[in-house]
Amino acid sequence: MRVAYWPGCVSRGFTPELHGSMAKVAPLLDLELVELDRASCCGAGVIAEHNQELADTLNARTFALAQRVDGAELMMNICSTCQGAQTECQERLDASAEYRAAINETLRAEADLVYEKGLTNKNFLWLLVEEIGLDALSARVRRPLTDLRVGPFYGCYIVRPTDRLGIDERYPRDTYLAQVIEALGGTVVEYAGAYKCCGFPIITMNKDASLKQAGRHLGDAVDAAADCLVTPCPLCHLNLDLQQPLAERVVGRALNLPVLHLPQLVGLALGLDPKELGMNRHVVKPASVIDWSTSVVAQTPARAA
Amino acid sequence: MPEQFTLRLRRYDPESGEAPYWDEHTVELEPHRSVLEGILQAKARFDGSIGIRCSCRAAICGSCGVRINGQPGLACHTHLEHAAAHAKDGAIEVEPMGNMPIIKDLIVDMDAVHWKKIQRVTPWLMNREPIPEREYEVPREAMIDVTQSMACIQCGACVSDCLSMEVDPLFIGPAALAKAYRFVGDPRDAEQFDRLKDLAEDAHGIYDCTHCFKCIEACPKGVAPMSQIMRLRRRASDDHGINDSNNGHRHEISFTNLVRGNGLLWEAELLPRSYGGDSWFGKFAPKAGLELMDSLPVITKALLRRKVTPAGALKPHKLSKPDLQQVDGIYERVGQRPERYELNLYISGYDEDDVSPAAPSDATAAGGGDGGQNYPGAGQPGMSPEESPTR
Repeated sequence: MRVAYWPGCVSRGFTPELHGSMAKVAPLLDLELVELDRASCCGAGVIAEHNQELADTLNARTFALAQRVDGAELMMNICSTCQGAQTECQERLDASAEYRAAINETLRAEADLVYEKGLTNKNFLWLLVEEIGLDALSARVRRPLTDLRVGPFYGCYIVRPTDRLGIDERYPRDTYLAQVIEALGGTVVEYAGAYKCCGFPIITMNKDASLKQAGRHLGDAVDAAADCLVTPCPLCHLNLDLQQPLAERVVGRALNLPVLHLPQLVGLALGLDPKELGMNRHVVKPASVIDWSTSVVAQTPARAA
Repeated sequence: MPEQFTLRLRRYDPESGEAPYWDEHTVELEPHRSVLEGILQAKARFDGSIGIRCSCRAAICGSCGVRINGQPGLACHTHLEHAAAHAKDGAIEVEPMGNMPIIKDLIVDMDAVHWKKIQRVTPWLMNREPIPEREYEVPREAMIDVTQSMACIQCGACVSDCLSMEVDPLFIGPAALAKAYRFVGDPRDAEQFDRLKDLAEDAHGIYDCTHCFKCIEACPKGVAPMSQIMRLRRRASDDHGINDSNNGHRHEISFTNLVRGNGLLWEAELLPRSYGGDSWFGKFAPKAGLELMDSLPVITKALLRRKVTPAGALKPHKLSKPDLQQVDGIYERVGQRPERYELNLYISGYDEDDVSPAAPSDATAAGGGDGGQNYPGAGQPGMSPEESPTR
């Protein structure tokens, strides 16, 4: 399957291991990634906070570029925040022909592009479940994550608001992380923080409250005996992994809980080497996930290809 | 035909010295009747001591805010059959709202939290002078902007689930800030600048919201408090240039300008600029220096693990020149408009053939079949979204 691939900014900045692991995992899932290397930042809600029309126009440009990728079935992103921010812009663009025409006027003049209503833009998580399918995913597992206790951490932007994101009984997208963990052979850990906010958006405005959020959710997962968390959001990863030493200080307890990006967890189960997936790059070493000397994940060696 | 429904109510009497507990009752009602009617039947038939507050029973008075199966909402506005379908084990769980102290059972102390915060934002109009002899004349369009925040019925559902308030009880919160916008957006109000300055400078004000969408999901009236908070930020930062001490304005301006310059976000520059000001020299400001010192252990670790390389931090990832010109052209053109161009779907509604943009492709292709969700049109916003574990 060929997709117009939007990696986002952070996956190419402070979490390069996310972009890297996605590139390793894609061929194993017969995914052909055509990177949208001309597209701009989604604005992460901040540009929309500054000027809604600006955010909508920048994202309309991204959508138009995605629509021009030959043979691409849809646009795929690997960031919950991109998914949320872009879907919000797309909702406005698709809701009103008049508004869309006004945005397209700017787009045509400045970029010689036009956005046509009705783009499909799915996070890798949604694509895994809805396009590839959990059975097909399970069939490709070479290293089942047996005995690995994984806590899902979704990130706000990919689960709320439910109506805008198309979450309903038929497409229970807010259960997909748990379903994927199970399909990979792991055990889903239930804990209080799975759908809560990591605190990242206010890290520069109220650092204490921000880190308290991250620290509490990590602590709840530790108390529920999780070996690690997995998240489809690199911004959550920044607060949960990069800032974890500071979060420990704020909540006054040791945490030491590894946090994996979704493609890393999938890659491990598909038999890739942890280092190839950039797992040595995290601030919190995933020692509870992998035995570094043998590359054994959760006590299970990989089956031969 | 009446059916049986099991209600599992959270009971707690702080004065008793006993711990909270669950209490189950089976009631018999038509499936379309409300959870509130179920609770009232249990109270009438089995246990008169069940504590629940209610009045209008028509989703107008905002008295019966509770959590049903973990999601905040109005007990009178939730059908029994709907609640039962979303119950984990068949029993409808009803708990008191969060973030507020419990008075008894399902009754929380709205005075201690919600109303105190509403008072914090000076919830009345402060007239422009001179006061006209007869009524104020205001163009109709000028009031449309605030109608969404005026739809609030003060039920507290958004306060119950606010994730910022969960870690920072001093946060002014979604309901009160939506109320603040009701006056900031009102052309008759004389104190818009002072209101905004106050809310921007408060460490627990408009910049303490994390964008988590919980309040949007919780509100039974479609007020979207988070969107009102973003409007307050837009007015404070862009219309009035309020350079607050919480880094809110600098963060927004730095983010927007870094994307204009590079096409993509340069994270390593965003942090110091948010503290020190929007220029390359921002990082040398004392506030930025203090912040860098505080984050030194994290920065060192990230460099050691090669998560962040020095070159990566010093040099931004950037779009190619022709693409940057396009991005810049968009900024230029949008920036030249005399007034911001905004589309509020609460007011404008949706074109009739619209389906949810994120609805799976097969539903979209079918032109809004059963999988596509038709949005509520203007005039009936905030129709209750599907129950979901993430509400």
